[in-house]
Parts: sequence; C-alpha cells; structure tokens
Amino acid sequence: MRLRVGIDVGGTNTDAVLMSDRELVASFKTPTTEDVTSGVVTALGGVLGGAGGLGSGVAAVMIGTTHFTNAVVQRRDLAPTAILRLGLPATQSLPPMVDWPDDLREASGNHSYLAKGGLEFDGRPISPIDPAELRAIARDIAARGLENVAVSAVFSPIKPEAELDAIEILREVLPEARYTASCQIGRTGLLERENAAILNASLRVLGGRIVGAFRQALADFGLQAPLYFTQNDGTLMSAEYVERFPVLTIASGPTNSMRGAAFLSGLKEAIVVDIGGTTSDIGALHYGFPREASVAVEVGGVRTNFRMPDILSIGLGGGSVVSEQPFGIGPRSVGFRLSQEALVFGGRTLTATDLVVAGGLAAVGERERVRHLPADLVEKGLGWIQEHLSASVEKVLLSPEPIPVIVVGGGSILAKDAIAGLPVIRPAHYQVANAVGAAIAQVSGETDRVYALSDLPRERALEEARFLATQAAVDAGADPATVEIVDVEDVPLAYLPGNATRIRVKAVGEVQLA
Amino acid sequence: MLRGWELSAGDLEALALGAAILGTGGGGNPYIGRLRATQLLKAGFRIRVLPFDQLEDADLVVAVGGIGAPVVGIEKFEKGDECYQAMRAVERFSGKPVTALISSEIGGSNAIEPLIAAAYAGLPVVDADGMGRAFPEVQMCTYLIYGLPGAPAALADEKGNIAILSSVADEYWLEKLARTAAVDMGATAGFALAPMRGSDLKRTAVPHTLSLALKLGRLVLQARSRHLDPVSQVAGETGAQLLFEGKIQDVSRRVVKGFARGRVEIDGLRDFQRSRLTVDIQNENLVARRDGEVIASVPDLIMILDLETGEPITTELLRFGFRVAVLGLAAPEQLRTARALEVVGPRAFGYDLPYRPLGGGGWYAEH
Repeated sequence: MRLRVGIDVGGTNTDAVLMSDRELVASFKTPTTEDVTSGVVTALGGVLGGAGGLGSGVAAVMIGTTHFTNAVVQRRDLAPTAILRLGLPATQSLPPMVDWPDDLREASGNHSYLAKGGLEFDGRPISPIDPAELRAIARDIAARGLENVAVSAVFSPIKPEAELDAIEILREVLPEARYTASCQIGRTGLLERENAAILNASLRVLGGRIVGAFRQALADFGLQAPLYFTQNDGTLMSAEYVERFPVLTIASGPTNSMRGAAFLSGLKEAIVVDIGGTTSDIGALHYGFPREASVAVEVGGVRTNFRMPDILSIGLGGGSVVSEQPFGIGPRSVGFRLSQEALVFGGRTLTATDLVVAGGLAAVGERERVRHLPADLVEKGLGWIQEHLSASVEKVLLSPEPIPVIVVGGGSILAKDAIAGLPVIRPAHYQVANAVGAAIAQVSGETDRVYALSDLPRERALEEARFLATQAAVDAGADPATVEIVDVEDVPLAYLPGNATRIRVKAVGEVQLA
Repeated sequence: MLRGWELSAGDLEALALGAAILGTGGGGNPYIGRLRATQLLKAGFRIRVLPFDQLEDADLVVAVGGIGAPVVGIEKFEKGDECYQAMRAVERFSGKPVTALISSEIGGSNAIEPLIAAAYAGLPVVDADGMGRAFPEVQMCTYLIYGLPGAPAALADEKGNIAILSSVADEYWLEKLARTAAVDMGATAGFALAPMRGSDLKRTAVPHTLSLALKLGRLVLQARSRHLDPVSQVAGETGAQLLFEGKIQDVSRRVVKGFARGRVEIDGLRDFQRSRLTVDIQNENLVARRDGEVIASVPDLIMILDLETGEPITTELLRFGFRVAVLGLAAPEQLRTARALEVVGPRAFGYDLPYRPLGGGGWYAEH
C-alpha cells in the first residue's frame, strides 16, 4: 500500500488527508496555530492517530504551508541579505529594491551592490565580469557579516553563467555564504526576478528552521517518509530544495485547492471556484494545472514574476455581510465567526449564508430564523451572488468552449447548479480539496529562454526547450518514466532581428518514491 | 530664470497611466520610466513643464525618446542619462544651445523619457508632442511629416557610445538607420532628433498633450477611489465615443517584418448585444469594424480599456475573456491631412482601406 499524507496550512484551518494511491482514506481539520507546526502535528495525529501501524506505510508527506508567505507579509524572520546585480553600466537608474515598501527593505537589511557583467538580449556581454571588482564586493559583504547573497544579472535567463560565474568568484572569498541566483527562480523581467531572488535569500535561514521543524514533527510520529512541499505552481519540491528555494512555496494555497478540485472531480479542463468564508478564488484548469498569471504578481508589496496561478479573488464568501441600503454583499465578512454571527445560527448579522438558507438552497443552521426576510430581498441577493460568480467565471474562461465549473471550499452552498450557463460539479470531499491537492502533487521543471529562430529552426529550438524542461523536472525529483510536457508557449518578440522568440516549456512527472 | 510649472511624484503615477491610455495599445509600458523619474525627484532633481502658449518662437527644442524593443527594456533598463546624452550630442553637433525638450510620442513610455532628460538638463519639457498618441516609427511624428529635418539626430547607449546621423536621405532612412544602430546597442538607446525652433513647433506639434495625459490619469485614479465608472470619465474628458462594450472572444497574432500583427474579436455586452467588434492590431490598435463595417481607423485613437477599472490594455496583454470598453477619439488635425495620411493612414499600415474619419469633435478638435 502506497500511503501519502497531504497537509494544507491555511489562514483559518490546517487540513490533513491520508491517501492510499488515488483514494482518500481519512481527513482531518484543525485550527491553524500561531506557531503553525503544532497545528500540523495535531492534523497528522488526526489522520494517522490511533491507527498506530499506519505511519510505517506512509511513502511520502506533502505539505502546503503559509510560513514563508507570512514571513514576507509580516516582515519577520527575514535574514539580512546582500544583493549583487551584474549589468553595469546599464540599469543603474534603478538600484535593487527600488520599488519595495520601506519596511520590507529595512527588514532584509538593504545591502545592494552593482557590478559589471550581464548580457545583451542576444547573449553578447554588456561588459565583461571583473573578478577584482567582485572580490572587493565579497570582502565588503564579509565585513558586514552577511551570510545570504542574492545575485542577479541582466538577461541571465538566456545564459545562467552570467550569474553562476560571478558566484564562483564570490565563493573564493565567502565560501560559507548561502547563494541565490535569480535565474534559478524567475524569468525575464530584471526587477521582478531580482526581487524574488532577494526574498529567497532572506528566507533561507527560516527555510532551514522550518524544514527542520517539520522533519522533527514527522520523526515524532515515527514517520521516515520523505518530506515534500508544494510550490506556487502546484508541483512539489523536496525538503532539501525548499531549504534552498523557500520563496517558491509562496501562494501555494490556491494552487493546491485547484489541483485538489481537478483530482476529486477527475477533470483536467474546468473552471474552479473555491468559496471560503470571506473570498472566492476563481481560476482555470488547463491540462489539470492552474493557468499561470502572465503579469507581475505582488507578494507583500513587492512585484515578482513567480510561477503563480492566475487567480481572480473576489470579496464574496459564506460569511459576506449583506447591506440593504445601498444593496450589496461583501467584501466585509464575519469570517470565522460565521457560526455565531449569522442569523441562521442565532446571530444578528445578515450574511450570504442566510440568504441561501432563506431561499431554500441549503439547509444550514435554523431556517426558522430567516423566515422573516422579505422574499424580494432574498431573490435580489441570490441574483446578486449568481451574477457576480458568473461574471468572475466568464473573466477567467480560457476559450468559448463550454467547460464545467468545479466548486470547492466551505462556502460552496453559495453556488447554484449552473454558473455563467456552465454546469456546476461538487466533488466528494470538497471541503479538504487543498490538502488533497498537496497529497497528489507532482514534480515539475521549466525552461524560459529567448531563441533566435534565424539561427536555429523553430522545431530544433522547441526540441531543445523540451529537453531542458524534462531535465529540470528529473533534477527536481520526478520519475523520468512519467515526465510529460504540459505547457509550451512561444511568443514572437517585436522589433528584434533574427526572428527572436521567447520559448517557455514546462514538464511534469510523478514524484519518484523510494 | 525658471519657466513653467513643476511636476510632483504623485503627478508621475497619473501621467504614466494617462500616457498608457493614449498609447492605444502600444507605446511600451511606462512603469520603468515612472520609477526612474520618481527616483530622480527623490534625489532632488526637478521636472518642469512649459505650457505650450509660453513657447517662444526663438526657443530651440529637442525631441527625445527611447528607441528599441519594449521586451528588452524590462530586462536591460537604462543607465539613466541615455536620452540626455543624445540630446547634448545633437546640441554640440548643431552648435546652438537647446532651451527645452519635447516628446515625440505622448502615448506610452516615451511620454516619460523627455521628463528624465529634462531633469538632468535643468530644462523644461514643452506641453505637447508629435503624435497625440503612440505610433511605431519615427517618421510618423508630425515634426517630420511637416518637413522639419530629423537630422542631425543622435543615439546614445549606456556604454558611452554615441552615434550621430548627420544627414539622412529622408525620414524613412532616419527610422531605418536609427533602428539598426539601436539593435547593435542592445535594443535600448536614447534617441534625439535635430533641434526645432519654437516657431516651427507652433505649426507642427500637437499641443497640451502632456496635460491631457496627466488629466486622464488623475480622472481614472479618482474614479477608482470614488467607485465611479472610469471609462465614462475618460470618454467625458476627451469627448471620445463609446464604440463598443463587450467581452474578448478571440485574439490571433503573428509577427510580420518585426511587427506583431493580429486581430481581436469582441462580442457585445449591454447596449451592444448581438453585435461583434473586430480590431486589427499591430503594435497599436489600428482598425475597428463593427459587424464587418469599418467604424474607426488609424490615425484616430482606438482605446481598449478594462470595462471596470479603466486600465488600458496593451496589445500583447489582450486575451480571451477580458471585458472591455472600446473608445474612439478623433485624431489631432495634424494627423488627418492628406499629407499625414500618407504616413499614418490605414494604407501606411498595410490595410487596403480609405481612412474613415471619426466625427463628433472631441478633445483634439477643441484644443
């Protein structure tokens, strides 16, 4: 029996599921705790608990966590970090962290260096790397006592050596430092990629600590299974990888719920609506994965170009407060106090849940308590909810072909049987879709480079990109026999000679279990 | 003697947004430029705007802007003074002191570049430009259309290279040679045209467009914070017509000779139900057809805005499912003459169509 444990640490609840191959054996929900880890221990106990012997059968534990997101958003546990950008004389008009909120810049220490190096769009050097300059910078970093270093270089995504060669030189002076190369994290767009690298470098100390804490929690259960974390594109990283790239776990929550929805419903092409207490997250599944955002995504006030799902978040959930003059629902919500404050639970606040119960669409709490609501108000409210969900689903649709809408999350009762004219599916276990998404997550690899198609035929370029993506997936821990290409995007670039085309390929495979 | 009024950091956000609206889908994203200008203000530089009616006949004005590829600009952004160095190069070459700067293109990122060069130079930027919108090539600006010489022109990169085009056969050669040099410089460079007299600008430039971009940006930002409809605010201020409201149904694109060519199809919503609008796009939005009939065409401005936020959507970001409003605004008179239409009319962009002018006046007709 191949058992897997999936855990999702969310803002309100920590959910755990135990899965045997593709089947859900047990699930458990417990409030998220301040230290996060003790809630995880409780959840582990919930699904493995009395079963005693189950622990030894667990082949892997997959965790989706908000630790690193919270560290950035709350500006705590960030280690002082040096950022070295290679690109002089270009780019000096905007130094690193120029568009960061002041408090976050201070929290990560605000140590930045510019040096010669970096590439033109076609791979020519802007200026050659100057080893003496880099050694001087390394000595200054050492003098400041910094142990975390982020390195960015102009156009490094087309040639990682632009950063890696510089790191080798820094290492001569600073052999113990932890290095983050921007090309290992982000894609084209220097400021955004560099931002991600700096955040990553400043999270690495915390990364080591968190991974250690989870390992301890597992050991306490006698679990020797390997530990994985889900990253923001819904795929897994090994614990060792998380220690090096903790920033990639940021915003894995919505992705896990979408992947869980895909698994629970058996659908690969669908819209997912995850309705919580305060918000609804709406995204599109394509080949069973969330479609990724094409524009900059902000994390804690910083622009990044992470591989984030393209999620539309609207302020409508089960606890959304209904106001009558002028009429509207949300974005204010009673949140986790729904079971005290909603009318159907004996409270005094008219919520979206009350409207749904009054309209006879769901049986939650006591319907008697909402009988007094005027019929036209209920009708108006239900129409409003339907209209807003429909408009959001339409925005997220990828094509005019009719595809189903999968509804998950605790606030699912808000959805009718059709949204935007599309059939609604409510899979079993929809309440723990996130933890399921973590448990079934796969491993991915990606490449994103600019090719001059005048030098290399398009087919050859695509072939090379597919190879690189597959290799990246295997390096990240995928079983080579199961790796497949799930996304190919080639975008011709205007104004550039040589038919310059940006090719991005993503490969995914099952995690290689021992 | 300081001339004109001073731009604040807050103005820059509004200006960048307004410039993107006037970019009609192109012109490059002004985000990097806005950050750079903001940095300069923080460092104590000043940016002054010279009202068009304070332009003197004897003023000597240089048009500057970035030339290259927008996708390169987000990776290898500027050292900072490229446009300033290009401006000083034409000044040295022509031997006469420059008294002000101006934009060639108010739509998109080149609304901001002259402000940055002006901050370095301590000179004001004239409240006007050479397009009243965005166009992809330099010969499409009114200065060159109405015969002002583009050369001597200069390009400067971040490495200290400066190329002077001391003389060109015509403005098409200027575009071709400058573009080639810019690619060799790494596809980002500062570009300055020959100094122009105030008296010549008075007959060729499109006036008050910097103020217009600023006003549009402020209106949209205010509308968002007050929960008003930003699209109707833009339409109200500019006198633009609401050509269509709908949901994008399909976007197709390919690159032909270095320019992204495509078409977007929009199905009608609200008052436009059961109707379909197609917009031919290259770098900018160029021809709009409603149910097969041309209702607006270049050089008139076809602006595609997010229906709710009023955010302008550039051609590379258009995609299925967006709900959009399409506004049409009559182009400045300088772009509508027979002479201008040879350079910026539908046929100049490869469409075998006569120009179908939008009626109904609008901001440019009144200013």
